[in-house]
Amino acid sequence: MSGLLYMLLPMSPLAQASPTVMERVLFGDAASPFQYLLYSVAIIAMVFLPLAMLIAMFSIWWERKVAGHIQSRLGPNRVGPIGLLQSLADGIKLILKEDLVPKDADNLLFRLAPYLAFAPAFAAFVALPFGPNFTYEPRLNVGVFWVLAILSVEVMGVILAGWASNNKWSVYGAMREACQMVSYEIPLGISIIVGIMAAGTLNMVALGHLQGGGIHTWLIYRNPFTLIAFFVFFIASLASNKRAPFDLPESESELVAGFHTEYSGLRFSFFFFAEYAAMFVVGGIQAALFLGGWNDPFGAIGYLYPEALRDFEAGGSPLPLIGLNILGAGMFVIKCMGIVFLQMWIRWTLPRPRIDQVLYACVKVLLPIACVLLLGAALWQLLVPEMAGVPWVKYHPWNWNDWKEQGARGAFVTQIILTIVGVSLFGATSMWAAYNLFSSRRNLKQRLTDPDPIDKAPANLAAASH
Amino acid sequence: MANIGLQHYLVLGALLFVCGLLTILLKRNAIGILMGVELILNAANVNLVAFNHFSWRGTPDAPALAGQVFAIFVIVLAAAEAAVALAIFLNFYNNFSTIDVERAQNLKG
Amino acid sequence: MTTSVLAISEADVAGWLFYLFGGIAGLSAVLLVLSRNIVRMAVCLLFTLAGVAGLYFLLSAEFLAAVQLVVYAGGTLILIIFGVMLTSKSPFSRFEPSAVEVVLAITLGGILLVALVLAVTSQRFPTAAEVAALPASERGYPVDRLGQALLGDYLLPFEIASVLLLVVMIGAAYLAKARRRESTRSANGPAESAASRQARAWS
Repeated sequence: MSGLLYMLLPMSPLAQASPTVMERVLFGDAASPFQYLLYSVAIIAMVFLPLAMLIAMFSIWWERKVAGHIQSRLGPNRVGPIGLLQSLADGIKLILKEDLVPKDADNLLFRLAPYLAFAPAFAAFVALPFGPNFTYEPRLNVGVFWVLAILSVEVMGVILAGWASNNKWSVYGAMREACQMVSYEIPLGISIIVGIMAAGTLNMVALGHLQGGGIHTWLIYRNPFTLIAFFVFFIASLASNKRAPFDLPESESELVAGFHTEYSGLRFSFFFFAEYAAMFVVGGIQAALFLGGWNDPFGAIGYLYPEALRDFEAGGSPLPLIGLNILGAGMFVIKCMGIVFLQMWIRWTLPRPRIDQVLYACVKVLLPIACVLLLGAALWQLLVPEMAGVPWVKYHPWNWNDWKEQGARGAFVTQIILTIVGVSLFGATSMWAAYNLFSSRRNLKQRLTDPDPIDKAPANLAAASH
Repeated sequence: MANIGLQHYLVLGALLFVCGLLTILLKRNAIGILMGVELILNAANVNLVAFNHFSWRGTPDAPALAGQVFAIFVIVLAAAEAAVALAIFLNFYNNFSTIDVERAQNLKG
Repeated sequence: MTTSVLAISEADVAGWLFYLFGGIAGLSAVLLVLSRNIVRMAVCLLFTLAGVAGLYFLLSAEFLAAVQLVVYAGGTLILIIFGVMLTSKSPFSRFEPSAVEVVLAITLGGILLVALVLAVTSQRFPTAAEVAALPASERGYPVDRLGQALLGDYLLPFEIASVLLLVVMIGAAYLAKARRRESTRSANGPAESAASRQARAWS
């Protein structure tokens, strides 16, 4: 219900504007406002909510598998093929658990807190641009800022959960969490501003169109400051999601379970879903703002989209448009899941710092770096002339002469160099990870079934280990 | 359901203002009084933005945005004032071990 | 039934949304006055701020709505909750105003509300349709115009606000340092000089 409330927010004066392409595909050109209202509610209830649940359940299974393999064990592998139905089994178990409210806890606030934590994550989820026409509200002119704003309301749900549990450890967890999330919103916001300065618009759909020319038009490669801003944003988003190494609020070895100690059953699952939905949302902001949104690295979707749109406007079938959107949504989800995987990888690798070290990292390290990036990006916008307009529509992004004519030679050279640097870093990291993954797997069965594991190492272990 | 006009927003602003005033008058917890002040500032903001929406919009090159800009400054200043007010309340609590404003009587008489 | 449902106009939907967000804001404000638990008051304030943010969306001030959520709901309210947690000994307040104060306050508030509502409804303000019919008016405010206004026409207030925020940061950090009254008094004891003893004798 609260998700519904948050969802009506972008609908208001924009209901007076012309209908979006998706609405025209479904309803034709003249439909009543009641049909649009029904469509809005139905889309959220039947598409976005199941999608969010599905992504959360998949992420929970994937996290346990990743954790298992990093720790040289297998993770869940009994329920369903390779353990895929484990999240479903967990969900059924949580629903059937006893519904506890602590004795002296504030009843109303205790019951309210999980919804206050889940609703903002879901509201932000709905604002993500899955495709040029698969966005819930493409006319939301403050798209990126709206997602940031609604994620700040999540802090309140966590604080209430800690306070209303009437439990010292929960209150400690809640206060640490509030400190941490609110402090890290500053580098988060500043790194978003750095990206926005390079783009010039806050609208999520416009950001996606701007990056449609191929991998060198992605905003992360626009200038060296956005490249570093991506990593600052990534670290700040880890703290904002209460993910390790910043998971003090739920530090499992210190505070029992932090702010959700007293929660059991379905309410606990709400917090869980909220955490994984927020991870996906933050990955979504990074994908939409820095990594090109729904575009592929060659710019094919950006190349084919204006034609498909023109065909639909001229009265043709909407199928090519929908096909392009589905491809774009697939690319977007792959990028988001890549970032989610990175978050999981870091969680199971790094130890946990103290709260004063966490705040030191925010205020004395990330904040000065973010301010320097802001200054640098502003100077870059002033001094280096850039190509204006949407790629493939206003200019040809792979043609050197187009860039030279507009006087944007410096920008093109910078983008190509940064692309080469970025892609080679990414390629090197993934090849190294893949090598380690496959080389240790050869030994896993042997290590796990070795009759004398401690005294006698297997003969070829020394040869295969790095 | 009548068309929503400026009056509706102004009546809502008046309601928020009166609720904030009642909070300030009726609460003895200093932080409750601070919440009343925030309600009053929100009521003023609603009025400002409503007037901005229902007046002449200006030209597309120079839109009339005075109400929204003013509201942004009010929000900024409200945050600053809440920070200072809480610092004062914390100091008061550290010295008197209570947050009841009725106890702030040292200068009386 | 189907024909009347399909006859819903956009103005009706805008009206429903106004009553929804206005209702949330107003109801939460009234609950804030009536509630006795300071943390419940903070939750009511959160819903009021969220309702007002929704109203800003209806008034075509989208950027302002996001700023309200980030600064007010996600900043000031968290600050207030921190203050509540650091200064409250029990969640239920033991401070009750006397009956005379309550009656006086409600009378005052009632008179003010009636006066304001009468003042507002007796005027004839232009409706949304009339405003849209004015020459050269536009439907929404692009965010870049707001930025240009802030750094163009309203540059001086912007800079003054930033200096003020700096002053507030320094002041709040200094004020919030815990200083106990007993410790300052006892520091003067053993190390008292002749001058301060003389000053105390004369005061």
